[in-house]
Amino acid sequence: MSTPVLEVRALVKRFGGFVALNGVDLHVGAGERLGLIGPNGSGKTTMINCISGALYNDEGSIIFEGRDITRMAPHQRTRLGVARSFQIPKPFRSMTVLENLRVPLEYAAWNRAEHRHITDEAMAVLESIGLKHCAQQNSAGLTQVDMRKLELARALAAKPRLLVSDEAMAGLSNAEVDEILEILLALNKRGVAVIMIEHIMRAVMRFSQRVVVLDAGEKIAEGTPDEIVRNPDVERAYLGE
Amino acid sequence: MKKISPFWIVVVAVIIAGLVFTSTVKNEYYFNAAYVVLQALLMAVAWNVLGGFTGYVNFGSAGFFAVGAYTAIALDKAFGLPLPLLILASGTVCGLIGLALGYLTLRLKGVYFAIATLAMAIVFETLVVNWAYVGGAKGAYILTPDSHLWFDSYIQMLFMVMLLLALAAIAVSRYLNSSRLGRGLAAIRDDEVAAECAGVPTLRLKLISATVMGVMMGVAGAPYPFFVTFVDPVSAFNLFIAVNSIAMPMIGGTAHWIGPVIGALLVGSLQEIITVTVSSELNILFVGLMLVGFITLAPQGIVGLVRKFRGRKP
Repeated sequence: MSTPVLEVRALVKRFGGFVALNGVDLHVGAGERLGLIGPNGSGKTTMINCISGALYNDEGSIIFEGRDITRMAPHQRTRLGVARSFQIPKPFRSMTVLENLRVPLEYAAWNRAEHRHITDEAMAVLESIGLKHCAQQNSAGLTQVDMRKLELARALAAKPRLLVSDEAMAGLSNAEVDEILEILLALNKRGVAVIMIEHIMRAVMRFSQRVVVLDAGEKIAEGTPDEIVRNPDVERAYLGE
Repeated sequence: MKKISPFWIVVVAVIIAGLVFTSTVKNEYYFNAAYVVLQALLMAVAWNVLGGFTGYVNFGSAGFFAVGAYTAIALDKAFGLPLPLLILASGTVCGLIGLALGYLTLRLKGVYFAIATLAMAIVFETLVVNWAYVGGAKGAYILTPDSHLWFDSYIQMLFMVMLLLALAAIAVSRYLNSSRLGRGLAAIRDDEVAAECAGVPTLRLKLISATVMGVMMGVAGAPYPFFVTFVDPVSAFNLFIAVNSIAMPMIGGTAHWIGPVIGALLVGSLQEIITVTVSSELNILFVGLMLVGFITLAPQGIVGLVRKFRGRKP
């Protein structure tokens, strides 16, 4: 296994008396494609909230490229190279699509962006993701699938080395799922490690090199997609006894 | 060579027009009226930095304004400082209050933040009411200094001071609106969580925004005692100041720096006209009606209406 880009050790997160994550370990290799699945309420979103910094974990540590980021603010993590997209798209509604990308380019990637060429860089990202035609459009008026693409584009504009994609495909049609899948695969080819959280099994199985299964805040299985499909614990978690 | 933006040409033109105005017009009423409008403009621009650009609605504008005024009163009484230093001091004090208020309350969202700012204004009013040195509840009389530079009267000089302050505030606001910082603030207004995840240091930017707002409001309050020559807590902490500071940017349009300028010039001038020609009580009703009208019919304000007619998306 390659050196990990992200290493999560014994992560514990409680909400009052409810234990959402109970000592979960997770590692992602550089450039790896990891699928994170689990039934509703299993702790997937809590997990990525802890990784991105939206929530602080109670115990355990999060190491990104050898640096402990456990107590870092979310914007600092993004600056280091951890980007995320949101399950429910959160575009900057007062801005055009292009301006939406300027924000991460000017903040998250400020030290890595070529300042004079922010617009060019934003256009390049839009082109790679297939949103170039609506660059000057107001982001609030996009269609659902374009909104999802914008989410990914904005995460991409932060120039991450790890992208956490939170259900980027939920509610999309088959063709649209394939579109998003292609984007994520192309992104991964450029060396960005991806954690994909998804309920659409077809996408997860096709995309992931490795799959981690969470259930009730614990990791119950880990392996290649084929191994996971045959794992009896996973079957039990999803379907019951 | 870099091209000079039309904005700066307009600024210079306005300053020259102001100077011509002071040297030709003799009727002091016009300077009084212009001062009131400019003061409201400065307050509106200030409010908009936090309320419009950043999306945090502040109901405590009158508190900042009054603290600015009372800082000037106290320092004038204690050391007899000249007006520029008083303005500087009031700006500093209110900037620090903005920073502190931001640190304490910017974790609150929406209506909770608005209530916290209103509470802050009440706290300061209570402090001033009980502070005998600046007149307490009785209020304080301020003597207008004798010197008024080359101007014919003190009010002419105050008018010019307020004009320069307002222009400076507009320049700062314009810079904020179009800069990288301004885009960060807009991202916070649109979606704070997404902004943070795009690498925007949201807390720091909100504190900058609150501080700039405080400085501008303090600066607006500093010359006020010399303008009215009698200040009491009721007039300085008047809720109407806060309402105006909110209404003017709302009517002009909050997303663009020109919005509060247009709103303040329009509403401020109409208020003056109504006060003189109709009644001073009616103008409050008028602001209320206008605000209701704009919020329901044109929530993006005049700027939004203009954009709509030009065919651009709001």
